[in-house]
Amino acid sequence: MKLTRRALIGSGLTAAALLAAPSVFGQAKPKIVIIGGGAGGATAARYLAKDGAGALDVTLVEANPVYTTCFFSNLYLGGFREFESLQHGYDKIAAGGVTVINDLATGVDRNARTVTLAGGQTLAYDRLILSPGIDFKDGSVPGWSVEAAEKMPHAYKAGPQTQLLKSMVEAMPAGGVFAMIAPPNPYRCPPGPYERISMIAHLLKQKNPTAKIMVLDPKEKYSKQALFEEGWAKHYDGMIDWIGPDFGGGAVEVRPDSMEIVVDGTVEKIDACNVIPGQIAGKIAQIAAVTDDKGWAPVHPENMKSKMDDNVYVLGDSSAQGDMPKSGFSANSQAKVAAMSIRGELLGSKVFPAKYSNTCWSLIAPDDGVKVGASYQPTPEKIASVESFISQTGEDAALRKATYEESLGWYEGITTDMFG
Amino acid sequence: MASRGSIRLALILSLLATEPAIAQELGNSADGARLFKRECSSCHQVGAGARNRVGPQLNGVFGRRAGSIEGFKYSKSITRMGQDGLEWHLETLDAYLTNPKSLVSGTRMNYRGIAETEDRSAIMAYLREWSDNPRDIPEADPTASKPEVDLDPAILGIKGDREYGEYLSSECTTCHQSDGSDKGIPSITNWPAADFVVAMHAYKRKLRPHPVMQMMAGRLSEEEIAALAAYFGEDQ
Repeated sequence: MKLTRRALIGSGLTAAALLAAPSVFGQAKPKIVIIGGGAGGATAARYLAKDGAGALDVTLVEANPVYTTCFFSNLYLGGFREFESLQHGYDKIAAGGVTVINDLATGVDRNARTVTLAGGQTLAYDRLILSPGIDFKDGSVPGWSVEAAEKMPHAYKAGPQTQLLKSMVEAMPAGGVFAMIAPPNPYRCPPGPYERISMIAHLLKQKNPTAKIMVLDPKEKYSKQALFEEGWAKHYDGMIDWIGPDFGGGAVEVRPDSMEIVVDGTVEKIDACNVIPGQIAGKIAQIAAVTDDKGWAPVHPENMKSKMDDNVYVLGDSSAQGDMPKSGFSANSQAKVAAMSIRGELLGSKVFPAKYSNTCWSLIAPDDGVKVGASYQPTPEKIASVESFISQTGEDAALRKATYEESLGWYEGITTDMFG
Repeated sequence: MASRGSIRLALILSLLATEPAIAQELGNSADGARLFKRECSSCHQVGAGARNRVGPQLNGVFGRRAGSIEGFKYSKSITRMGQDGLEWHLETLDAYLTNPKSLVSGTRMNYRGIAETEDRSAIMAYLREWSDNPRDIPEADPTASKPEVDLDPAILGIKGDREYGEYLSSECTTCHQSDGSDKGIPSITNWPAADFVVAMHAYKRKLRPHPVMQMMAGRLSEEEIAALAAYFGEDQ
């Protein structure tokens, strides 16, 4: 790497040297502001407060006082979990020494190093962490807009949208048709739409067994495809029709007012519809102007620092880092690396080489769980996948059940890791 | 499986015949693009709009079953290898590029092969760019080689470094509860250090079967396992 002034400012050594000269930093504790209290932001807040041992001033800004995890929200749709089991408060994070502000961040001034909130407050920072998840790309599905989400929910940010989708599926007439407009790459949670189809099929099998499911997909291939196809044939034979781009799945128009979709020129009447649009980084990352022309925020692979600004880190779905899928597990993994890097910069603590990992579990039917995962390492260009595994087709029932139970354990583990 | 055994055997034979080093990692894709143009492009296309020519187009070749592009007329030999389970990954492509006929005796690919490990790995790096990305299809082939654990001894160096163990432990606590509860996922706290080290090495060597743990332990060095044992072994 070329030694530039930028790189020097970013290095832990220089930060430590600056700390040794209190005239520069003054007596005040370094300030870290984190926007977004999900898997990236909540984890970063907890680890910075815990490992900083009081030497860092950590503020977490999250619009929702109670957070609903997107991961496992499909299990609510399938009737495997109560909605409340997905919800988590911030009281333990606050008790751990983090200032938690329930407000919406509306502005970032990277020159002044301040964040403004909808409520009018201004927060100064030495380091800013952006972990705002996803937003939807305008015009990605013709006929659909965020306003139409009351009629054709996206349910891809968990909360009232998830409940709305479930109530619409439950209200379908006997033998009715459910349609999903699946998203183009890249998007949050690669197996998520297909686990959702499995869960909705499970729900309909109980309550409305003659109902049909259509999946309109702009992608030729999707995550865990062989496993889902095997599971759908086994558990929901004849119920699910997957329509890929060769048969018009990539060019669908939706008509939310008349509950119709237009596939390859043919108008189809449907009874419930889940539109998962194309995605970009969460809005505050766009406002902060740390995103590229594709709408994602490029970061340095070794520490998740923005390539646009040495004082800004971007975690999770919003970041463009390379091979890691956009998932809660990934964001949690990235948050720990970023927290370590920030402590190194501001407190001069040891910075160890980054290790990243991800595993995604999906439920296909009761006690039929599958998983996919990989470990990752930073290379000069990107975070690269180095080893991966995936559940195999034809696995026995005991293994699938153990995989599902493991996923329940993981949910307990990661939510404890995030929220305390 | 007999079929897989025969592929392995073919691989081994090809290596014995020519004794080249095995390209275990992806090389420089810019070099690969130049080499591809010189060595491959008279028969094969890859990239946007690539079509079958004398040889099949090579988009998505990583992870593809041999002889599986519809509409391309393959040799009987490669079709049979595909039916037997031959897929194109780093190892198989490397063997094929080294000497096509040693892997698939009756292939129509009349090509002498590439003896230089570096050149093969460069071409594979270039081809890898035109296959599925793990970000989009997470189970797609890796895009980097698995590292030998390589830590700066000046930073670490100490066996059973508890501070390092604490950092490493953050990877464990995504799944394993730090309070020791064990619903669905076992507890890993308060283990005797020796038991912990033995268990982790058993995953590392894939003697214990769990794929997540094999992967996690697989990239930990002996020092890192010792560091974790030091951290988890204590009363936290």
